[in-house]
Amino acid sequence: MSEQPPSSPAPQSDGPADEPEGRVVLDDRDIARALTRISHEILERNKGAADLVLLGIPSRGVPLARRVAERIAAVEGVEVPVGSLDITMYRDDLRKHPARGPQHTEIPAGGIDGRTVVLVDDVLYSGRTVRAALDAMNDIGRPDVVRLAVLVDRGHRDLPIRADHVGKNLPSARTERVAVRLAELDDVEGVWIS
Amino acid sequence: MDQLRKHLLSIDDVSVDDIAEIFATAAEMHDVQRREVKKLPALRGRTVINLFFEDSTRTRSSFEIAGKWLSADTINITGKGSSTSKGESLRDTVLTIASMGVDALVMRHSASGAALQVSQWVDAAVINAGDGTHEHPSQALLDAYTLQRRLGSLEGRHVVMVGDLTHSRVFRSNVLCLTKLGARVTVVAPPTLMPSGVAEWSRAAGFETSYDVDAVLPTADAVMMLRVQKERMSGGFFPSPREYTVGYGLTRDRLALLGPDVPICHPGPMNRGLEIAADAADAAQSVILDQVSAGVAVRMAILYHLLAGEGSAA
Repeated sequence: MSEQPPSSPAPQSDGPADEPEGRVVLDDRDIARALTRISHEILERNKGAADLVLLGIPSRGVPLARRVAERIAAVEGVEVPVGSLDITMYRDDLRKHPARGPQHTEIPAGGIDGRTVVLVDDVLYSGRTVRAALDAMNDIGRPDVVRLAVLVDRGHRDLPIRADHVGKNLPSARTERVAVRLAELDDVEGVWIS
Repeated sequence: MDQLRKHLLSIDDVSVDDIAEIFATAAEMHDVQRREVKKLPALRGRTVINLFFEDSTRTRSSFEIAGKWLSADTINITGKGSSTSKGESLRDTVLTIASMGVDALVMRHSASGAALQVSQWVDAAVINAGDGTHEHPSQALLDAYTLQRRLGSLEGRHVVMVGDLTHSRVFRSNVLCLTKLGARVTVVAPPTLMPSGVAEWSRAAGFETSYDVDAVLPTADAVMMLRVQKERMSGGFFPSPREYTVGYGLTRDRLALLGPDVPICHPGPMNRGLEIAADAADAAQSVILDQVSAGVAVRMAILYHLLAGEGSAA
């Protein structure tokens, strides 16, 4: 789920979409390279793939988490469990918008207790989605360590939250819009700013 | 939500898209039911009152659990032991409760139309949990949800409902819900328990009626047995319980008419040995307990969509 300015209604973020307006900041090859680097960083930081669990935040964090897992499998030969963690019901702005249905939460069979969980999302902005994800995880289990990997960090944090692994730091104005499209969910792939 | 606004009083309040959205949310809530910590913060600070003027075990407890798992404060008020037994009118009781600042009233009452009436008196969202012989929309939604999980789409599937149709609000809501979802519905009852005017309604709503269970069961994709509601009968609808069972009960012999994968539903509480034999109620294809667990998930979804967002009752 792309983070939006807290005051604006969150757009429908799933389903196919046409190419967004604005300037391309990452194309498909840039995204591939960024994810490869993030995958290596995760392995380096964790000293291997032991006890790792990747949890994508729907909708676009989930395919990103799967891609990272594929790269880790290619490098280490280990299948890292991948799941999805929906945060809809944990949002602090739930009452500001018409209620949206929750998206799918799927915790890998081994659970997250005692694991190193890497949360994966497309855009880090206010930090409120990550706060909600930490709350949501609290109801599911107790990881040893939680880390955060994002494709784009566009700044403007409202909360004391920072990413451990960043695909691209993207200085942006609050008025600008950052749009991520991924081939698994959309017709096009890339990151646009407008 | 497409059509669902403030209250859920009838299946007419929800569109096909609304039902799909409620079911999608319910499927996620179903997963939460299996967790160790069954709690979501979505309705924190909201207050839900279950106002039940008729007896209920599963509907009331299922709404109570649904509210609690969504972090709403949920309390129960029953007709017996409330001020209505001291002579207070329904309007005064409801306005008194509403003045305490509640967000939703889940209401069951013996008078058809009671929930609609109450929704015009209060600001809170009103959920009809059964009004007389009129409707019971959350039951119909959980029945359809249970069947959809078993059968996939309900489009073109043949659902047979058997039992006391005259007194059944479950029947009315289920016909509306199942036909809306594209199912072919046949309802079966003895002539004395077939509601008057059903012929016109069935033509308008597009469902069939029959007096012959044995003729209908072999083509069923799902069977719903309805309870014989002794408390609503002043007698004389059938000569004896035994005769009802022979004519219309889901007996062991009739169970053999059903395919082995045809789900058997019953909204409960069951009169075992009257409308449903133990062999059928406990058969592998019985989904009666699935209905109960689906009930919590579907009611969580209903409460969430009515109360969580902007503009919902305050």
